Amino acid sequence: MATVREALSVDRSQQVAGSGGRRTRLTDRWMAILFILPCIILLIAISIFPLIWSVYLSFTRYQVTGIAPPKWLGLDNYSTILTQTGLYEEWHQFQVTAAIVGCSVSLEFLLGFGLAMILVRKFPGRGAILTAMLTPMMLAPVIVGLFWKFMLDEGFGVINYIQSAWFHLPRVDYINQPTSATIAIIIADVWMWTPFMLLISVAGLSAIPKYLTEAALVDRASAWFRFRHITLPLVWPLLLIALLFRTIDAIKLYDLPVTLTNGGPGDSTWTISFTLVQQAFGDHYTGLSCALAYILLVMVIALANIYIRQLNKSQSAA
Amino acid sequence: MAQTVLSAPRLGARAKPRVSVGGAAVRGLAAAFLGVAIIFFLFPLLWIFETSFKNLRDATSSSPTFFNFTPTLDNYRHVFSGTDDFPHNFFNSFVIDVSSTLIALVLGTLAAYAFSRFRVPGKSDLLFFILSTRMLPPVAVLIPIFIMYSKLNLIDTYYGMILLYTTFNLPFSVWMMKGFIDEIPKEYEDAAMVDGYTRFQAFYKIIVPQSLPAAAATAVFLLITVWNEYVFATQLTQSATKTAPPGIAGAQTLGGIDWGLIAAVSTLFVLPVVIFTFLVRNYLLRGVTFGAVRR
Repeated sequence: MATVREALSVDRSQQVAGSGGRRTRLTDRWMAILFILPCIILLIAISIFPLIWSVYLSFTRYQVTGIAPPKWLGLDNYSTILTQTGLYEEWHQFQVTAAIVGCSVSLEFLLGFGLAMILVRKFPGRGAILTAMLTPMMLAPVIVGLFWKFMLDEGFGVINYIQSAWFHLPRVDYINQPTSATIAIIIADVWMWTPFMLLISVAGLSAIPKYLTEAALVDRASAWFRFRHITLPLVWPLLLIALLFRTIDAIKLYDLPVTLTNGGPGDSTWTISFTLVQQAFGDHYTGLSCALAYILLVMVIALANIYIRQLNKSQSAA
Repeated sequence: MAQTVLSAPRLGARAKPRVSVGGAAVRGLAAAFLGVAIIFFLFPLLWIFETSFKNLRDATSSSPTFFNFTPTLDNYRHVFSGTDDFPHNFFNSFVIDVSSTLIALVLGTLAAYAFSRFRVPGKSDLLFFILSTRMLPPVAVLIPIFIMYSKLNLIDTYYGMILLYTTFNLPFSVWMMKGFIDEIPKEYEDAAMVDGYTRFQAFYKIIVPQSLPAAAATAVFLLITVWNEYVFATQLTQSATKTAPPGIAGAQTLGGIDWGLIAAVSTLFVLPVVIFTFLVRNYLLRGVTFGAVRR
């Protein structure tokens, strides 16, 4: 639809431009090529070419810091990962990542949407509160990790102080116990990304036409009915985009654990991305790391496909 | 939400008083929930800001106080004194981030204009391709880029980092600017071209000035993204071009953590982001969805 309209208007402008229709069309085409090409070249050189190279590396034994050339291994790296016969417990790390992604994304969704239901109403100070609450998502994850590490510390962390002095609970060494370290990452992630869900939910909720809810009120529809049959269907497409985007982003989680737990204790908070960097740069299993990267990549691409489809749909609807 | 269940007017008009009592209770609950949320989201920021004015003993006291301490500027003096590498890191961040943002903005705007106005074969596929490069996990391309940069001697150089961050930001720049340019009526350029402008002049004299506010907002998002970038910066820079995020993250390993100092340098790092976020608050929704959601 849009392309037809654009094609028409380009044709019209070419007619308007006058007699030298052929020359104008050529100029437009060259301009399009010249405008788009630098962008495509950069993306191919810095994103796509490295990706293809790492396909090759994933079939080899190679050390990123060594001088030995890559040695062809065929599918060994992949079978090492899939059969769990190597040094690393990749399945465990997939589980860690999945637990963090599942818990934090669903908490962010519930909290963000709940807060949005409150913040769609107009009341004094609403704008200021909303803007202030959106700040965390713009910060650097490494710095956020540091903040929470500081606040969760067993000795001087303010959270341990509050729970022991105000509520008389024992102090907990959050960062150095497997379960609580995972929870710490989830809390920090929720702190950072609930604002994202809040922002999108508020936008979706405030776009619902007033006359729909009013009509339902006139018809004495119950509040639950209004929510279930008017509010939810109208905001759902947007919420789906938000959920997909957060899931894709959370699967890639790396910076936050680096400063918050540094993967510890042991390897209990090694996310997949953390494992990748550790294998490639810490332990010199670069080929193996590339293979794991590809397994992660396939997962992300599958999700990103759905995401971009949804985006296009919402864009053509807008 | 909860309100919906409680305030349902089951018994019609007679139930009115009960409804309003229920409504008040729900409103109270909502206000309490909102209050807790505000504390949860804002307290960490205030706490770090406050800690940046504490000396080491107050910052790492086992009973930290909210008000009972003597504020000191020592941490900030320490940051600026250059005992550690922080001023240099901030300078590197500034050079790399501003240059790459400007280049990405210009290249992105050109491509966005072409995608918005011209019939480009395979347009939606190209746009899809551009966005998909941004969805990739950065660590998946980190290793080959590291090898490529080692071979080309681009490790720890400004050129290398600017090139990388420009590419990193291009997809966002294209998508965001395309959204904005789509909203400028084509009739403006048509009219200009009737008046004898060439296509390029029409772009330069009409589209560019028209999209300046949008470009400014886009630039802020690009800038914040690279300002916060850590994964590549930590592997591809060493002492010469190390940016602020790896600089600050690395400071925690310098024997014994000086949390007052870290709070101060974090505050300095975060403050521009907070200010810029406030400036682009009306564009945030577009910004976080690649320009696709505009309401």
